[in-house]
Amino acid sequence: MEYFAQQVINGLQLGFVYALIALGYTMVYGIVRLINFAHGDVFMIGAFIGFYTIERYHLPLALVFLSAVAGCTVLAVLIEQLAYRPLRHAPKIASLITAIGVSLFLEYFTSLRQVFGPNFYSFPRPFPVVIWEVGGILVTNIQAVILVVTVLCLLFLQFIVFRTKMGRGMRAVSYDYVTAGLMGVNVNRVISFTFGLGAALAGVGGVLYGIAYPQVNTFMGFMPGLKAFTAAVLGGIGNIPGAVLGALIMGQSETMVSAYLSSTYRDGIAFVILILVLLWKPTGILGAPRAEKV
Amino acid sequence: MAESLRNLARILAAYALLAGSIVLLAATGVVNPYWVQILELACVVAISAQGLNVIYGYTGLFSLGHAAFLGIGAYTAAYLMKTVGGQSQVLFFTALLAGGGAAAVIACLIGLPALRLTSDYLGIATLGFGIIMKVVFDNADSFLPELGGARGMTGITKMTTVPWVVFFLLVSLLIVRNTIHSSYGRAIISIREDEIAAETMGIDTFRYKMVGFVMGCAFAGVAGGLYAHLYAFLHPSNFDFFKSIDILVIVVLGGLGNMSGVLVASFGWIFLLEGLRVVLPPGYVELRWVLIPVLLIVTMLLRPQGLFGTREFPFLRGRLYR
Amino acid sequence: MRRGLSLLALVVLLVGHFPGCKSPPAKEIRIGLITPLSGDVKTFGESVKNAFEVAVEEANAKGGVAGMKIATFLVDDRNDPTEASNAANLLINQHGVKAIVGSVTSKTTIPVSDLAQSLRIPTITGTATNPKVTVADGKRKDYMFRACYTDSFQGTVMAKFARGTLNATAAAVLYDASNDYSKGIAEVFRDAFVRMGGRVTAYESYGKDDVDFSALLTKVKAAKPDVLFLPDYYNKVGLIAKQAKETGFQGALIGPDGWDSPELVKVAGDAIEGGYFSNHYSPEDTRPEVGNWVKKYKEKFQQTPDALGTLAYDATNMLLEAIRKANSADPGKIRDALASLSGFEGVTGKFTMDEHGDPIKSAVIIQIKDGKQKFLQVVNP
Repeated sequence: MEYFAQQVINGLQLGFVYALIALGYTMVYGIVRLINFAHGDVFMIGAFIGFYTIERYHLPLALVFLSAVAGCTVLAVLIEQLAYRPLRHAPKIASLITAIGVSLFLEYFTSLRQVFGPNFYSFPRPFPVVIWEVGGILVTNIQAVILVVTVLCLLFLQFIVFRTKMGRGMRAVSYDYVTAGLMGVNVNRVISFTFGLGAALAGVGGVLYGIAYPQVNTFMGFMPGLKAFTAAVLGGIGNIPGAVLGALIMGQSETMVSAYLSSTYRDGIAFVILILVLLWKPTGILGAPRAEKV
Repeated sequence: MAESLRNLARILAAYALLAGSIVLLAATGVVNPYWVQILELACVVAISAQGLNVIYGYTGLFSLGHAAFLGIGAYTAAYLMKTVGGQSQVLFFTALLAGGGAAAVIACLIGLPALRLTSDYLGIATLGFGIIMKVVFDNADSFLPELGGARGMTGITKMTTVPWVVFFLLVSLLIVRNTIHSSYGRAIISIREDEIAAETMGIDTFRYKMVGFVMGCAFAGVAGGLYAHLYAFLHPSNFDFFKSIDILVIVVLGGLGNMSGVLVASFGWIFLLEGLRVVLPPGYVELRWVLIPVLLIVTMLLRPQGLFGTREFPFLRGRLYR
Repeated sequence: MRRGLSLLALVVLLVGHFPGCKSPPAKEIRIGLITPLSGDVKTFGESVKNAFEVAVEEANAKGGVAGMKIATFLVDDRNDPTEASNAANLLINQHGVKAIVGSVTSKTTIPVSDLAQSLRIPTITGTATNPKVTVADGKRKDYMFRACYTDSFQGTVMAKFARGTLNATAAAVLYDASNDYSKGIAEVFRDAFVRMGGRVTAYESYGKDDVDFSALLTKVKAAKPDVLFLPDYYNKVGLIAKQAKETGFQGALIGPDGWDSPELVKVAGDAIEGGYFSNHYSPEDTRPEVGNWVKKYKEKFQQTPDALGTLAYDATNMLLEAIRKANSADPGKIRDALASLSGFEGVTGKFTMDEHGDPIKSAVIIQIKDGKQKFLQVVNP
């Protein structure tokens, strides 16, 4: 029983980490319908900004988060303007390929000795780890921080999308960007804002990830990005609570498969679950069923 | 009858000319074995890219797991050759077809549920399948020790030669051309253009999607078999998600649903990868993979519709009188 | 269409521009290095490249080997088997190298070994541990050599150490299922430990990109082992050790030579304190080879060399020694000299080649104490 509860906690931590990345993914996809493969690498840049601001400049934690958010936002807006905007009216797949290009470029360019370098750098913990024991189950303060930050991000996003003018613009662009443009929404601004917002989340996520798994490397972003995207699809892509739900399911299924079935086939079984869910609900658990226009 | 005989003669002549001249150039030392190997690799990649072109370019099925089918073909063909033993060309040919067949059967099993999904959801499902297959390849030694698992499969004979790759490349081009310009092809393309309209016109969309998907995967399987016997070593990392992405990049660069473009892009991609090795000065070797994505982004920005757009080489065009 | 044609023309030009290998001038010997200079293990690839360059510079400063200057050719394999094979082909057929050092991982070295064997070019790897690098399907590839231990050696050494010295009865193993180094040593350790009368209570694997090991470690903890064997490189081991501590695991951590890097203690901190690993040499070793090497590397690259770099340094020096002995640039003669190498004094020990091209040398067990590596004992094969 204790074992099971401990594994649930482990799965929750993994799930909330996926959720942070998935939120940014789902935002961008919801508005522009682009699988932004570069998102995981923006997340990596966020982690590196965290690494440098703590290791080199010893900034307080709030400033660390702020610089990661600022750096990632600027980078993402730049990427959007250079690599995605010129292709807005081309087939969607063209942007997907440039996204892959941007992702590869960020990984290989930053791994040069003159940029970040190829090493596995140990990420300094800005605060000591505290382990609490609750009825034989171990919980750390890092897990608490991740949970709180993710929930705050979720609420913040919900607020922006449903309670602000920019959010109304985002929903309009998501529904039909041509019509939204005709109705006076500044489509370019909304899309840039969305990329920026997604990247800001990636910045927060990158720093938290560095704190939770204290090591950074320029190739660290791709796999979590892929898993997070999968989680977002599972929950219903474009749907903000869905991204968190999908990520939590993903985290639990990976953990439980390792705990009770086979760690060797863990990734395989997690994806079997994904495929089964998609067959049952083709647009994800919380995704709106797609209307077929005839 | 006479027409088709003349056609066959023309194809055979083209084959003899192509394969013969490369073999001659290699034998006389004008082209060294390094470039021959790269050329063979480019042909193998071109075959699997034509497969994805059928799946994504013509049928419009977004697949992110193409490399997994390459792997299925590679391991099947290599396992057959290794267990039967010997170096007979007939056996090699059979093993390649078996590799293609195995990929087709698995594609059928996957397609039955997965092809009900559309667009990006299908992409994620095939991506998931690719990751599942990678895990299976990594641990394959636990059920078939010969496959080697994460330690790689060794003891494969180098059977793939220039005549073989050119032969399969020509055959794959002919099959794609003839299929696309047949009633099957028109049905497949109509699904890509508008699935609902196609269905309304009485096309069994699921069946034709399956035809496109299975055919494309079978190509990948044959290409996998050729790959296995070209490098004589198989490792699961040869068939991971990134390799699927490579093929997708080639198909989009060439132009979706454009045989000529995909053909040229396959060769262009491989020769770019290897050519940079040769032209970069010694101190800058590590810049190869920094330049490749930059070139990729720039090309995509300049030619979002693919290198060739909708134009085809003359021999790949359809014939109106059919 | 025109764009397509010009691309074709470019390709043709590219091919035409580089005709077959030109034979090098008499007073020069060409040596190639294959190493991952891009991609996920670039950091290991650079260590190896640095070490190779130091060794070649030293030799050239002394006037070369056997009266010949050494000309080097570097190629990148991105830790990809296909690229490694192409790279080896380029080195041999285009650049006309007479010997190769490389590659770094086993999955890239095996295709290189097949090619080098069929073209009869002597090749030595510093770091590829898979037995199949030098012997495949019962056939000895007689042009292949290595400077490191094979998987089976270290697995057995650590099993013996855990069972004998630490008196452990139950062991757990965590390994990377997609990494042949990790998987290979893990299997040998498990079998050896059971054969020596121990029990393996947990045998679990993770993937190459995993960073969260909490589920596995909770499972390991529940299995109550005396030791946890972690056969992987220092970057992964550091993360696992840290999380092991956070899950409250109490047993001893042990591992192979992949642990050897100052980074391990940096990532894991006090979580790795008291851990044991097998290595080629101890930093307290007073032999001049060790001191000179560490000093030279630090001066040049401002960091302490890791195990991969050190092994590559020894591999390169063994090759140069063989060329010196053969007194010739003939690949066949260099091979014979490598095969008969005995008593070679390297940084990682005294080398003698066995009939499989694997070195016979002893190992040391090192304990991490106060964040420093402390010599514990010598183990002979």
